[in-house]
Amino acid sequence: MFVQFTTWDIVRNLLEAGRWTLALSLLAFMLGGAVGLLVLFLRISHNRVAQAFTKGYIEIFQGTPLLMQLFIVFFGLPLLGIDVSPWLAAALGLTLFTSAYLAEIWRGCVEAVPRGQWEASASLALSFPQQMRHVVLPQALRVAIAPTVGFSVQVVKGTAVTSIIGFAELTKTGSMLANATFQPFLVFGLVAAGYFALCYPLSLYAKRLERRFHVAR
Amino acid sequence: MSLVNIAGLHKHFGTNHVLKGIDLAVEEGDVIALIGRSGSGKSTLLRTINGLESIDKGELVVDGTAVHDGKGDLRALRQKVGMVFQQFNLFPHLTAGQNVMLAPTVVKKTAKREAEDIAKEVLLKVGLSDKFDSYPDQLSGGQQQRVAIARALAMRPKVLLCDEITSALDPELVNEVLAVVQQLAAEGMTLIMVTHEMRFARDVGNKLIFIHHGRIHESGDPKTILTNPETPELANFTRAVM
Repeated sequence: MFVQFTTWDIVRNLLEAGRWTLALSLLAFMLGGAVGLLVLFLRISHNRVAQAFTKGYIEIFQGTPLLMQLFIVFFGLPLLGIDVSPWLAAALGLTLFTSAYLAEIWRGCVEAVPRGQWEASASLALSFPQQMRHVVLPQALRVAIAPTVGFSVQVVKGTAVTSIIGFAELTKTGSMLANATFQPFLVFGLVAAGYFALCYPLSLYAKRLERRFHVAR
Repeated sequence: MSLVNIAGLHKHFGTNHVLKGIDLAVEEGDVIALIGRSGSGKSTLLRTINGLESIDKGELVVDGTAVHDGKGDLRALRQKVGMVFQQFNLFPHLTAGQNVMLAPTVVKKTAKREAEDIAKEVLLKVGLSDKFDSYPDQLSGGQQQRVAIARALAMRPKVLLCDEITSALDPELVNEVLAVVQQLAAEGMTLIMVTHEMRFARDVGNKLIFIHHGRIHESGDPKTILTNPETPELANFTRAVM
């Protein structure tokens, strides 16, 4: 007995799954941003141990595929007796991945602030956190906005990988529908269109921001 | 005891021995000009006085705050020692007024209203009371440097360090900055400046220090030693720059 799928059925199912892609992207981006800020602070602090630890952290996440990171979270944590659902594993894995990349992007932005700014604020007796808060971060932020929005595109596309550990987002739902309808080209075409609809506005926005902050002070 | 006391100060950059035992006492109200060839160590010496360069060996005491062999409370030291840089280093995202108010409010926890009064007072002193709300990139180089002086003065430093503060300026803007420094000197501010303005050093300074190969090679009254240098090195130097 076959269930007949109309094109509208396919689209409706994909739209529903797309909400999970969107939710996972937002969550990973926000949590990853928060963790990334912490990693950034440790990375540029004057503490050698914190520097070395965060440098290693960033290298590991940048030097291994996202898929392996998800596998390690999904299969590794149960070995330690912690049960993780695909949803939790996906959120955790993407958050860590995002934090490492954002920390590194932002470190570049902080280093783009001229040395004289550090020296002038130090000579006025500001402490390191005060220098960051009042002098360096406000200037780094200006430079950081465009690449940060640009990176959000990578996060959205990265969520597709979580389909492999069984999280039913857009790609996973797409594979299931392709198997059930025998119309892989149509289904994956629609899946791709879904990602494009999410990512393209972000890319455009990033470009616009880049232009704007380029001409601004 | 002198306001600034430096004893047996040594500094290395890697294998390069930049300062080889500097002894220097600065009295309140002194206006000291540090001169010497580039690479002589004069800028490094100046930067050690507010802890921007660490000290490998020796002692630095400013108004009772001590840094010994590189250890000491740098933030306490910096509250007593103001610094003005060659490249101004104003904070570009803040207005002139905010540049001046930042350290008093953040470091000294001065109330905003009071910090504003201080900012107005020091900006008036450097002749820029009408530029309170201007951003640095709306100001000329000379104006920016005067804001930088005001920013340092707002912390009520005991001594002000000036690191070649006119070297990045167009020639026609040099005098407005020097006039401010001259006025500060006349009011009794203690100044230590690295400068290439020999005439200014002679006219405004009460002590001239010639640094050569990381040592104080010759020092004394500017008019005397510039006219009659005792060492051939200073004689060569003055011939080259004057």
